[in-house]
Amino acid sequence: MKVPPDLKYTKEHEWVRVRGQEAEVGITDFAQGELGDVVFVELPAVGQKLTQMKSFGTIDAVKTVSDLFAPVSGEVTAINADLKNNPALINQSPYEKGWMVRVKIQSPDELGKLLSAADYEKALGAHA
Amino acid sequence: MLDTTSTLKRTPFYARHLALGAKMVPFAGFEMPIQYEGIVAEHRTVRGGVGVFDVSHMGEIRLRGPGAKAYANRLVTNQVDAIPDGKAVYTPMCLESGGIVDDLLVYATGSDRLLVVNAANFEKDLAWIHSHAPSDVTVVDENEETAQLAVQGPRAEDVVARIYGDRVRDLEFYTFFEEGKGEDWTLVSRTGYTGEDGFEIYVKASRALPTWDRVFEAGAPALIRAIGLGARDTLRLEMGYCLYGNDIDETTNPLEAGLGWTVRLNKDAFIGKESLVEKQRAGLARKLVGLVLDGERIARQGSEVTSQGEPVGTVTSGSMGISIGKPVAMAYARIDNAAEGTKLEVRTRGLETPASVVGRPMYAGGSVRAPKPRRAT
Repeated sequence: MKVPPDLKYTKEHEWVRVRGQEAEVGITDFAQGELGDVVFVELPAVGQKLTQMKSFGTIDAVKTVSDLFAPVSGEVTAINADLKNNPALINQSPYEKGWMVRVKIQSPDELGKLLSAADYEKALGAHA
Repeated sequence: MLDTTSTLKRTPFYARHLALGAKMVPFAGFEMPIQYEGIVAEHRTVRGGVGVFDVSHMGEIRLRGPGAKAYANRLVTNQVDAIPDGKAVYTPMCLESGGIVDDLLVYATGSDRLLVVNAANFEKDLAWIHSHAPSDVTVVDENEETAQLAVQGPRAEDVVARIYGDRVRDLEFYTFFEEGKGEDWTLVSRTGYTGEDGFEIYVKASRALPTWDRVFEAGAPALIRAIGLGARDTLRLEMGYCLYGNDIDETTNPLEAGLGWTVRLNKDAFIGKESLVEKQRAGLARKLVGLVLDGERIARQGSEVTSQGEPVGTVTSGSMGISIGKPVAMAYARIDNAAEGTKLEVRTRGLETPASVVGRPMYAGGSVRAPKPRRAT
């Protein structure tokens, strides 16, 4: 199971890639494996404001549905439109082609509340 | 509380599942494979080729003795006494109230009746069957000693014929043959739960692993794959087949579940007959219907069904209809909203999705040799 070292993570299995003022968000390899085949993702509209650790969407897999939690607060600047026709990208490429939203980071302090790759892997240890 | 992790049983195929990298989950007291490569791929394998399911968690109970046929016929709603040797029958088994104790297969094997029941209900069923048994019937628990594989898909016949010979090709839907004695006993039946042509193979647990290996050898040219319980559920749901615990249970009766074709109200006394005759006479208040959703959100068990906002039912099973391309569900709908073509809504996570009542099966493209449904009489 992949946990790229350059990303930050939540305990709820989202990842964040910080690029300047922007954060790209998705779910982790562990999360997609637990969910199984993703068939539908419901994402916020561009311009919507997200609040850290509040739900910003849902993800339907064949067997189950799960909330998506915002790792950081801020305005949505882009959503991954490819997921509409091909939600399986989340299974196939959770850290790249399966990204979900980009958010304009509202307060960089919030990044401090996220887990490092090493801490996330430790948290996963409890599942393994 | 039970400590589920330490009390889970394993089927004889457990090591094979691990070797294939299955994701194992607790199911009905067993540690079972929910998926190997993924539910969508596995579902498509069965619709288009051939797949094999470990269904050894299912429970086998044999009725033996001079009264076995008559007793089996009293336990279940369908006709299972005067049926030819080699015939299998799907049937509910009811409470006096008409509520469903379980749904099962009954195999007519000589003067015996072999009942194959749901894993989650096995202990309950066994106690129920013991408690009503007359003195000329012996109830034999064959659960632990029996392993079962389901080989399902349009290419299943070639695979199974390669192992058991051409008589496999002559099996009609819902018939079977047996061969061998003692530990070599094998039962091959043309039955399944997928909507595709297919077979269920029963062997003694001591022969389980060699049987698995023969199936995979024989299936190699057809690219056979192991299929988990996840795809078993999506396959059966597209066919509108009931799953005990979701769509039917002790609070639902076979008539409202759309299983009227399995209820022989004109046969001799059976448990639940009076109640079912009365329910038939009074008319049904609700019916289990198929739904196809016009949207992307998936209906889940417990989702509310409404008609222009008014509650008229509840979803009992819901998932992605992988071969249909839209979310599908089954729901109990108030009888005035149960006709095919009725437009309803399913409320999932606060939002309404339009849905249409459709006939079961919802997926019509399967290779299964469908039985002629018998009208309730």
